[in-house]
Amino acid sequence: MMKLTVSGETKEYKDGISLPELIEAEKVQTPEYVTVSVNDDLYGARDFGKVALKDGDTIEFLYFMGGGC
Amino acid sequence: MAFSNEQIERYSRHIILKEVGVKGQKKLLNSSVLIIGAGGLGAPAAMYLAAAGVGTIGIADADEVDLSNLQRQIIHSTNDVGKAKVLSAKETMEAINPDVKVNTYRTFVASDNIMDLIKDYDFIIDGTDNFPAKFLINDACVMAKKPFSHAGIIRFQGQLMTYVPGEGPCYRCVFKDPPPKDAVPTCKQAGVIGAMGGVIGSLQAMEAVKYLLGAGDLLVGYLLTYDALKMEFRKIKLPKKVKSCAVCGEHPTVTELIDYEQAECDGVL
Ligand SMILES: [Zn+2]
Repeated sequence: MMKLTVSGETKEYKDGISLPELIEAEKVQTPEYVTVSVNDDLYGARDFGKVALKDGDTIEFLYFMGGGC
Repeated sequence: MAFSNEQIERYSRHIILKEVGVKGQKKLLNSSVLIIGAGGLGAPAAMYLAAAGVGTIGIADADEVDLSNLQRQIIHSTNDVGKAKVLSAKETMEAINPDVKVNTYRTFVASDNIMDLIKDYDFIIDGTDNFPAKFLINDACVMAKKPFSHAGIIRFQGQLMTYVPGEGPCYRCVFKDPPPKDAVPTCKQAGVIGAMGGVIGSLQAMEAVKYLLGAGDLLVGYLLTYDALKMEFRKIKLPKKVKSCAVCGEHPTVTELIDYEQAECDGVL
């Protein structure tokens, strides 16, 4: 198992979990339009496959919010 | 400029704060803020900035007040339905504080007017309801080296970040490009709880006031998110700089302003 801090909560995930798998496990909505922050780097959907998550990583999902009306 | 007795009384709760004082209050009276969008976010931001004695407030919006706005846009009243939002907003701000000079711009922002709109203001508040406007405001503020507050609200959620030139990431550093039209719901489609504009728009006013005073730490390099149902605020750290950013990065590809296709929330459909 490896520990990841996802959206502020530290939880255990299976070893070698990929970012797309994590996105599915966390039920992220419209993942194609979500920016993911891993530690201090930002990734768009195009690059999710390139990210190798490791024990102790901090992950945040940044959502588009367009309203203001 | 010396304060009148009335001003000393009006601003007494500010003047007593060590971060404001007489000097800070004078600074506010000599400052200017442009609010783009007189809606859910712009309404409370405008009212607090007027009450605070920000000397010049610009407000830009092309719409008229609609009955469906009044659930959250507290700067407008039932009697204002049908009136230009900028006019209704001006009347409310002037009624709150006659010290404030309000400039109205009855227009939507676009690539051909935004540089002219922002150029004379010290700080910009993005209170718009659509991604084309949000990216346009970001790019224009990066190009013109103007600080601004981004915010977005939908359903029971809100987000906020502050951009200060040279100090931290911009909106495009985080969100790259606008999502395709209708890919992400607008608040007209998805709804928004009325007080959300109050929470997030007031935070935008707070950032503007802090910037003008030079007080405390701004929300630069962070995205603040608010989930009202969980009653949870989170301050998410962002990279200090995104070298690949298309507008503020090392090799910018966005060198001219772009008018993306509109999918606005509350406009004329
Ligand atoms: Zn940037």
